[in-house]
Amino acid sequence: MMARLTAGVSGRSWVLIAALLLALIAVPFFANDYLLTVLILILYLAYTGQAWNIMMGFAGQLSLGHAIYVGLGAYTAAALYVHFGIAPWIGLLAAVPVAMACGAIIGFLAFRFGVAGVYFAILTIAFAEFARIGFDHISYTGGSAGLFLPVTQYTQNDLWNLRGRPIMFYYVILALTVAAFLFCHALLRSRIGYFWFAIREDEVAARALGIDTFRYKMAAVVISAGMTAVAGVFFAFYYNNLFPEQVFHISRSIELILAPIIGGIGTLFGPAIGAFVLTGLSETMTEVLHRFGFEFPGAKQVFYGVCLLIVVVALPDGIWPWLMRRLGLERRT
Amino acid sequence: MVRSVPLDVYLNVAVSGLLTGLVYGLMALGLSVIFGVVRVVNFAHGEMMTIAMYLAIVLFQTFKLDPLIMMVPIAGVLFALGYVMQAGLINPFIDRPEHSQFMLLVAIAIIMVNVLLLVFGPDARSVQTSYAFDSFAFGPIIVDATKLYAGCAAIVVATALFAFFRFSFVGKAIRACADNYTGALVVGLNVKRLYSLTFGIGAACVGAAGAMLTLIIDVTPPLGPQYTLLAFVIVITGGLGSMPGALIGGVLIGMTEALAGLLFTPSAKSMFAFAILVLVLLFRPQGILGKRAA
Repeated sequence: MMARLTAGVSGRSWVLIAALLLALIAVPFFANDYLLTVLILILYLAYTGQAWNIMMGFAGQLSLGHAIYVGLGAYTAAALYVHFGIAPWIGLLAAVPVAMACGAIIGFLAFRFGVAGVYFAILTIAFAEFARIGFDHISYTGGSAGLFLPVTQYTQNDLWNLRGRPIMFYYVILALTVAAFLFCHALLRSRIGYFWFAIREDEVAARALGIDTFRYKMAAVVISAGMTAVAGVFFAFYYNNLFPEQVFHISRSIELILAPIIGGIGTLFGPAIGAFVLTGLSETMTEVLHRFGFEFPGAKQVFYGVCLLIVVVALPDGIWPWLMRRLGLERRT
Repeated sequence: MVRSVPLDVYLNVAVSGLLTGLVYGLMALGLSVIFGVVRVVNFAHGEMMTIAMYLAIVLFQTFKLDPLIMMVPIAGVLFALGYVMQAGLINPFIDRPEHSQFMLLVAIAIIMVNVLLLVFGPDARSVQTSYAFDSFAFGPIIVDATKLYAGCAAIVVATALFAFFRFSFVGKAIRACADNYTGALVVGLNVKRLYSLTFGIGAACVGAAGAMLTLIIDVTPPLGPQYTLLAFVIVITGGLGSMPGALIGGVLIGMTEALAGLLFTPSAKSMFAFAILVLVLLFRPQGILGKRAA
């Protein structure tokens, strides 16, 4: 297993990866709380981007409604905690299967009935919107008034109940992101990864080669949904409040897929680099506009949109493939 | 949960939903025309409509010009916007994968919403015409004048569009591009220019619909994404690429939302629209009037 994971990675890449990981582990000793929250956001988006990338980047199924899995994960774990005091790590055992079941339903309906391409993308939006409006009317989870997790001033970090200071959340999301990275790396090196690539490039040809495309597309949706639900649980316990209008909103789904698309779809480092660039850009812009006293609602987002536009037009494959060429890290053949 | 109401209330709500649905249909028609020809899903459709709505409101508030008359110049402005968008930004993306096109239009949509937010602020704005509270009585049915005018205007614009695509040379050329891209190139059509024209026409539709909608609803910048979604629901229900389908889908969704708002709670009405969308996608993915893709 280890041999398979490390095969074909150049020495130069090893040094860079090790340095990056050490830097990320050491950061909290130097960073203030503001920088830490920014890094948490970056890692959160890198993680969710990685999860979405399994579906779109690997298996070629464009989902524009991933907020539904974040929301289901968040609401399941939060409701269990609020109503029964069940710790999030146990709540995960319910949240992940719920999201996986939802992914399985969407995938089954779409792939069985031959809903593909743009239609599939819009079907996923429809399910997410359905859930958004539905949760607005479920009083058990607070409806549109929101679900709140109890918050008190914590003097120590309670890792079991995920109650504590940003530094704890930082290490939790860092661990999740690294785990997701390794998991995706392993997936890509396994049979299923090659099957997915075959389906992504040409589904008819893949089927002709004897690949059970339905089964592997389902696997992609279910794995991606389950991974995204874990991020949902983190979201719930980090932000402590959940509103259907925010959690399930289409803008959440878009926010979640920007990082992998900007970073480079179907690549392992794409989601992380995209999350870093986009969040960094957004925070820098807030800071710059604040300096110049130019604080009108929407100003930041306009610049953000323009930057997005420039990246999409200039780098069609995303930032990572371009950066890899620059750094001389192209895979040796 | 279901409330009991007298029959004529149902009729009134259904007619009101029908008229609003016609305007929705015109908006969705724009999306359908663009997708049918250019094969690009316009994820900035609702945002373009809010631009038209703000144009109508500014014209009304500063010059007291009626949105129903102003819809002609507004459609013209939106045509220019659509033409420039397609010619400058989207044409180079025609051969790129779907997610790439999606990102491009999302970026455009983000810019549009937030420029509107910068210029007009987050407050809701509306148009108060002299006939805002007029109504007509047809037997037991009472119809708002604004909705009746808007619904009729939508039919007029849609008919003009049908005639354009059926009888004019440019309209026929555009349909040729949609039917057979290579064939259109072979007979010497300037496909890229026709794509720009098509996007312009689609944008003009949504511009006219936006001007009409200012009579019916208040406008805020975040309305854009909501109406983009609504346009998708309508177009897929009616059949992506089918022009009459878009109108029928609009009426169906408009009436469903109106009746669901009456029977259940108004905040849940969109749920029914999305439920219809899911059912249509599963059992008739080509839409009510759409043709099965080959």
